Amino acid sequence: MMPAAGTLKYDERAVSRLRALYGRYGYSQYRMRKFEEYDLYVRNKSFLISDHIITFTEPSGKLMALKPDVTLSIVKNSKDTPGYVQKVYYKENVYRVDQDSGSFKEITQVGLECVGDIDTYSICEVLLLAVESLREISDAFVLDISHLGIVSAVLEGAGVAEEHRAAILRCLGEKNAHGVAALCAAAGVDAGHTASIVKLVTTYGEPQQVLSALEELPLCDSGRAALSELRSVLAVLEGEAPAGSIRIDFSVINDMNYYNGIVFRGFLEGIPSGILSGGQYDNLMKKMGKSSGAIGFAVYPDLLESLSMPQKEYDIDVVLLYGEGSDLSAVRRAVRTITATGKSVTAQKSLPGKIKYRQLCRLTESGVETVEEHA
Amino acid sequence: MLNIALPKGRLGERVYAMFEKAGFACPSIRENNRKLIFENEECGVRYFWVKPSDVAIYVERGAADIGVAGKDILLEYQPDVYELLDLHTGVCRMAVAAMAGFRDDVRRRLRVATKFAGIAEQHYASLGREIDIIHLNGSIEIAPILGLSDVIVDIVETGTTLRENNLEVVETIVDISARLIANKANFKFKNEPIERLVASLSAQIEENR
Repeated sequence: MMPAAGTLKYDERAVSRLRALYGRYGYSQYRMRKFEEYDLYVRNKSFLISDHIITFTEPSGKLMALKPDVTLSIVKNSKDTPGYVQKVYYKENVYRVDQDSGSFKEITQVGLECVGDIDTYSICEVLLLAVESLREISDAFVLDISHLGIVSAVLEGAGVAEEHRAAILRCLGEKNAHGVAALCAAAGVDAGHTASIVKLVTTYGEPQQVLSALEELPLCDSGRAALSELRSVLAVLEGEAPAGSIRIDFSVINDMNYYNGIVFRGFLEGIPSGILSGGQYDNLMKKMGKSSGAIGFAVYPDLLESLSMPQKEYDIDVVLLYGEGSDLSAVRRAVRTITATGKSVTAQKSLPGKIKYRQLCRLTESGVETVEEHA
Repeated sequence: MLNIALPKGRLGERVYAMFEKAGFACPSIRENNRKLIFENEECGVRYFWVKPSDVAIYVERGAADIGVAGKDILLEYQPDVYELLDLHTGVCRMAVAAMAGFRDDVRRRLRVATKFAGIAEQHYASLGREIDIIHLNGSIEIAPILGLSDVIVDIVETGTTLRENNLEVVETIVDISARLIANKANFKFKNEPIERLVASLSAQIEENR
């Protein structure tokens, strides 16, 4: 039996809705082991958000790791089949180092992956599901979409050398226009191309406005193709989300060694960091010896804990006190009678400290007597 | 309501004057008292004074929508925030300093005393120089005098403290100034007032340059 929505925590409710959503779109659940061979993560360390991994040795002597990531496991087990897209969703716990405390944390991740013969429809569907995922949790959301093909084309057109790219991309991620300008000056990028890179930082917002502003960028053929793909995808998404909730924003930067094409991040009002993150990662597929493409995203429901939830008025509805000599069957009957009315009850021999109850009852020989009741 | 974290002290006061000119006034902030939070409902703004090194934490965690933090703090802690503007105030530099006449002996590890371990580590890693970090919380200048370290990595404003202690700047690592930072999520949901503030601050900066 599904628990009533009211008894579930916000994040638990979200997880259950997301699973139902992905199921409706034909995504099947992908279950995996808690651990993988360490080698998989070492080979793709920079793909991982945290590069610290919990390892242990199996009795056979093989070095294993508690999963710090889900995508790598799915990609590893995928097969290249022309014309076919494997669509899976997952709800898994991953183990990463918390940046603030420096200690390991168990994080719940719900997400989906489309792996195989990816076309523009697949990209649209994943983005649509990202929008729907956010909407399942809250109406106040924003999905920022970027296209790494455009970013890459602008940087290449400007002749930015490899050693300066990471710093410029970091500034792009920070919306740091003054930083980009300073780095471009140091890297010897001319004024015109510097202006193009700065434009990526300062141009964001409503898709139609941004798309027309992007037309002015001097883009090579691959950049034009990327812009055209972004335009097609946004045309499909138009009308699928409330006005102002889908935006183009090039500060969404994922590692270009793994990601290419469209990347995106979702935000909910009241949660200080992105709750959804995803993108197309054909480059990772190539690195892992696959010829197919892939796109997917992950939602971090643990972050929903920071949404302000109404404080529970009472810890429990009824505290039922019984004595040393009470008839145990009578206690059981009294508990059953109270739970049958839909109330929660804790049977205790003495009043537990610091518990806030709605009603205090005592089991006597004549039955259950109310000692104290709060309105 | 736009929540703004300002660094306690002279820099915060200077920056508040810029915010006030931008239309985000909160007269009660100028009252001489020990309150830490000030609100002006009319302008839709709430200010709070926090320790300068904590501003980025308030903003990253969303308790403040925007704030003003030194570039030194942003480089050291690398918070996941937007850096919207260089306010061109609180200007100084992060530098390596040593006793006057110091010569680096590259045959051995360089002992570096600093409050900014991350910046020092990154700087010397980029040079391929092996170092031993000595983390101190204050009076860093004493370390080379007492032989605790070979050099220090610290903020230099006028250089007076260094000179008075017979120290000199060996090299500048990076120029520092105050930056306007914003929480990434709140930036989306309070975009209009933040953009309005940024536009006005940019105009003020241009005017003063």
